[in-house]
Amino acid sequence: MERVIYRGAEAEIILSRYLGREVVKKRRIPKSYRLKELDFRLRSSRTREEAKLIMESRKAGVPVPIVYDVDLLNCTLTMEFVKGERVKELLSRVSKEERRDICVEIGKNIAKLHNRGIIHGDLTTSNMIFLKRIYFIDFGLGSFSKEIEDRGVDLHLLLEAFKSAHSEHEDMFSYVLEGYREKYDEDFREIKRKLDEISKRGRYIKWR
Amino acid sequence: MISLGIEGTAHTIGVGIVEDEKEKCKVLANVIKTYHPEKGGIHPREAANHHAKYISQVIKKALEEAKLDPDEVDVISFSQGPGLGPCLRTAATAARALSLYLKKPLVGVNHCIAHLEIGRGTTDCKDPVLLYVSGGNTQVIAFANGRYRVFGETLDIGIGNFLDKLGRYMNLPFPSGPIIESLAKKGEKLLDLPYTVKGMDVAFSGMLTSAQSYFDSGERIEDICFSVQEIAFAALTEVTERAMAHVGKDEVLLGGGVARNRRLREMIEIMAKERGAKSFVPRDDLCIDNGAMIAWTGLIMYKSGIETKVEESYIEQRFRTDEVDVKWRE
Repeated sequence: MERVIYRGAEAEIILSRYLGREVVKKRRIPKSYRLKELDFRLRSSRTREEAKLIMESRKAGVPVPIVYDVDLLNCTLTMEFVKGERVKELLSRVSKEERRDICVEIGKNIAKLHNRGIIHGDLTTSNMIFLKRIYFIDFGLGSFSKEIEDRGVDLHLLLEAFKSAHSEHEDMFSYVLEGYREKYDEDFREIKRKLDEISKRGRYIKWR
Repeated sequence: MISLGIEGTAHTIGVGIVEDEKEKCKVLANVIKTYHPEKGGIHPREAANHHAKYISQVIKKALEEAKLDPDEVDVISFSQGPGLGPCLRTAATAARALSLYLKKPLVGVNHCIAHLEIGRGTTDCKDPVLLYVSGGNTQVIAFANGRYRVFGETLDIGIGNFLDKLGRYMNLPFPSGPIIESLAKKGEKLLDLPYTVKGMDVAFSGMLTSAQSYFDSGERIEDICFSVQEIAFAALTEVTERAMAHVGKDEVLLGGGVARNRRLREMIEIMAKERGAKSFVPRDDLCIDNGAMIAWTGLIMYKSGIETKVEESYIEQRFRTDEVDVKWRE
């Protein structure tokens, strides 16, 4: 029995069974607005890259779903089902103290990814699931890089996500940075400088 | 209520006159005069001189088209930003003069928001995600928590600017968008160009460099145009869809000069249809920079109690979309 439990912009998440286990399949949906050739190229390469990134993240000590199968022809990943709550919803309903702890934990995990040369590429609170720990999902736009630039952009995306989806708790991002600083192997000041620089890149910023 | 709006953020000086009718926008006049540089891109000073030269004619023509006496106008609106300083100042000066002379209230309008409001005012969309694509701007905007927020934008150059730069490199006249569009129809081969999407943001400078080197190496210009459109527009459509999923909206609106491109419209339409959403495009003269959108936004702002005092009507070259407190929406 297969059942679509979530349909995102890019992929659908299907609840299924695999070797007796409850799993989710992430199938990248063909988009007919794109040329077939371009569409398949994007979907297939993103599927392969995502599998690699998830497996590396596990080695970095960051909670991620276990990957059971990678099907490049159908652009489908079969993964462990993390039965938790999205951090996006979680943040809006918990106390201030819990919110702070969650943000610190998010920051620590991002630092662990970056230490190992992993860029998530789409850090939003919709892509984090809480189940005792904070699981990172959707590495679909991720990449391997150790550039300060890429790390900065990665963090900046989350900052933007906080501004748009959690505008009432925008200050929470400073706790993300606090956690990040704690686990980050290299010079945190470099990251901080980069973040400030990136923020000023947006168009029509007054203090540029 | 009747509002007269003056647009002058970049190469267009425009005057529009609109009236509200059951909360919808009725365009009485929309006169657009565009500065075309002899070569290269826009020179801000030259564009501003052009605007200063033609503004009074454009105002007169708009009043004639609307069949109105200046006294019958209730509100004067102008594009306060973002845009090129000299152009903004010219339009603002004209608006202040009109406001003082006619003793009518003045309203400063954010240009990007006007592109969204004119869509809400003239099409059936109510709460859309706007893909705003023009020369200088490429943003994905939607209403959230009392403001229009930018969910995605270009990290380097605007899509229109990208097309113009590429066009200029391939010796096509300005504006190059429409020519690239027609050449693309004869393209067959999809060239490999960088597809840069970072979350809900896009970037085009890598694609520009790559397309230029294809041109240098003798690839057919039709194939370059075809590939550029397919890949750049797919990236734009993808980030728009991501923003729609992220904020949970089921309407998409196009705005800006590049919104006239049929292939982009088609992609957005297909995307919307596949996710059970609706897509909307204002008519062509309301997509490009125009005075009617400024007039309409000024009108609804004024009705919600917003007014700009002449002595506080400074222009803002870097006027951000999310700076405006959107009092006129729930």
